[in-house]
Amino acid sequence: MHDLWSLYSEKVMEHFKNPRNVGEIDNPDGIGHVGNPVCGDIMELYIKVSDGTIVDAKFKTFGCGAAIATSSMVTEMVKGKSIGEALEISNRAVAEALDGLPPIKMHCSVLAEEALKSAIEDYLIKSKGG
Amino acid sequence: MKRIYLDYAATTPTHPEVVKSMLPYFTDAFGNPSSIYSYGQEAKGAIEEARVKVADLINARDEEIIFTGGGTEADNFALKGVAFASENRGNHIITSSIEHHAVIETCKFLERRGFSVSYLPVDEYGLVNPADVKKAITDKTILISVMHANNEMGTIEPIAEIGKIAREAGIYFHIDAVQTVGRIPVDVNELGVDLLSMSAHKLYGPKGVGALYIRKGTKLIPFMHGGEQERRRRASTENVAGIVGFGRAVELAQQEMSDEAERLTYLRAQLIKGLLERIDHTRLNGHPVNRLPNNVNISVDYVEGESMLLNLDLEGICASTGSACSSSSLESSHVLLAMGLSPEQAHGSLRLTLGKWTTREEIEQVLDVLPRIVAKLRAMSPLLKSHR
Repeated sequence: MHDLWSLYSEKVMEHFKNPRNVGEIDNPDGIGHVGNPVCGDIMELYIKVSDGTIVDAKFKTFGCGAAIATSSMVTEMVKGKSIGEALEISNRAVAEALDGLPPIKMHCSVLAEEALKSAIEDYLIKSKGG
Repeated sequence: MKRIYLDYAATTPTHPEVVKSMLPYFTDAFGNPSSIYSYGQEAKGAIEEARVKVADLINARDEEIIFTGGGTEADNFALKGVAFASENRGNHIITSSIEHHAVIETCKFLERRGFSVSYLPVDEYGLVNPADVKKAITDKTILISVMHANNEMGTIEPIAEIGKIAREAGIYFHIDAVQTVGRIPVDVNELGVDLLSMSAHKLYGPKGVGALYIRKGTKLIPFMHGGEQERRRRASTENVAGIVGFGRAVELAQQEMSDEAERLTYLRAQLIKGLLERIDHTRLNGHPVNRLPNNVNISVDYVEGESMLLNLDLEGICASTGSACSSSSLESSHVLLAMGLSPEQAHGSLRLTLGKWTTREEIEQVLDVLPRIVAKLRAMSPLLKSHR
């Protein structure tokens, strides 16, 4: 119907219109911060971990429709997963869960994976140090 | 949902009068203008009538107008045509850093062919400084090419001043006037230009047709070989219906231009004022006064352009952005970056361009919708927090 819409799957648009888990977590157990303003995508991902399981995840994202949708999807996917399981979530899995992304937007899914890994790394460093 | 089209700088709907003028040239008057019998001569006559109209609009002579397949072709023709015809005189070209890709990419191509190109900087409003043009001239300079008004942020360049400098130095001067012809007065003699590119579909004409004005005596090599058409400068059977439509569009533009420019300037002011008042941390890009009557370009801090466009489209509003995310290249607008905007600001830019069918109600609709969209996106922006 619209050109911009034909770029994205219905699922991407649904997550873009109603993004899940927007915001920050107070006293998070891990924070991932990836991307840079030159590329136009910045993602922040917060996780809350209890007994080795990710019990909550939230995000804040500056970016295009795909960046927002992948952020929303990755936070949905990660909830209830163990740290080990969460580390196995690949950018492809995020993109597939959204019924695919256009090739030029695949980097957004990479960013989502990196944000998650970075949040988990932060958690692991903090929990070791603490 | 009623759609609101605010991307007239990208393209315009073809005026119904223009469509009407074109139709006979697909059917009854289908002849090839190169044929000597009556069908051919009818078509030939129609092209020449259109040529007079286009020439009139920019105060040129009809034999100085060469029809092309659009604005991009006209830019390619001007730059390559002059460059390859002037190799014995020099190899240096001066242009600006905010040109349309049709000029910039052609310059890059010429650089790979041994030409050297100076890309002049612009100030915060996107203005080229004529003094910089003067300083950049060397004894090898063969061409100066500066756009009349920028397609992204609407700034109108000091063309007449640059024209004077070019004339004094005896250097050919080309302008890309795709955004100005039909919108504001353009006079090739007052501006002092030797070559000027224009496009029909930006002024309610059809797509796929444009023209290059070539001042009499200007030396440039033909763009296409293989026929006698267009004074042997652009071979190929003419796009008769397209050219006729271009002519009719130009005629209409000439009649309506001054009233329309006034009406759009008013609407533009309402839109700019409303946006800057209702959305904080927003700036106008481009010159506040010396700008196209129909161009609004703002940068909205902390949000990205494509996500604004998608949300606007959900509300039926069509706009444009300089954000990388809207292009396949992933590079944000070279124009906005050249004006000194940060990458974030370039990514957060939004262009709204008005036209013949834009109403006050539509402007009010945008002013109602956009602040809500920005608020929603800012609530999820990690940039906002770090700026607090």
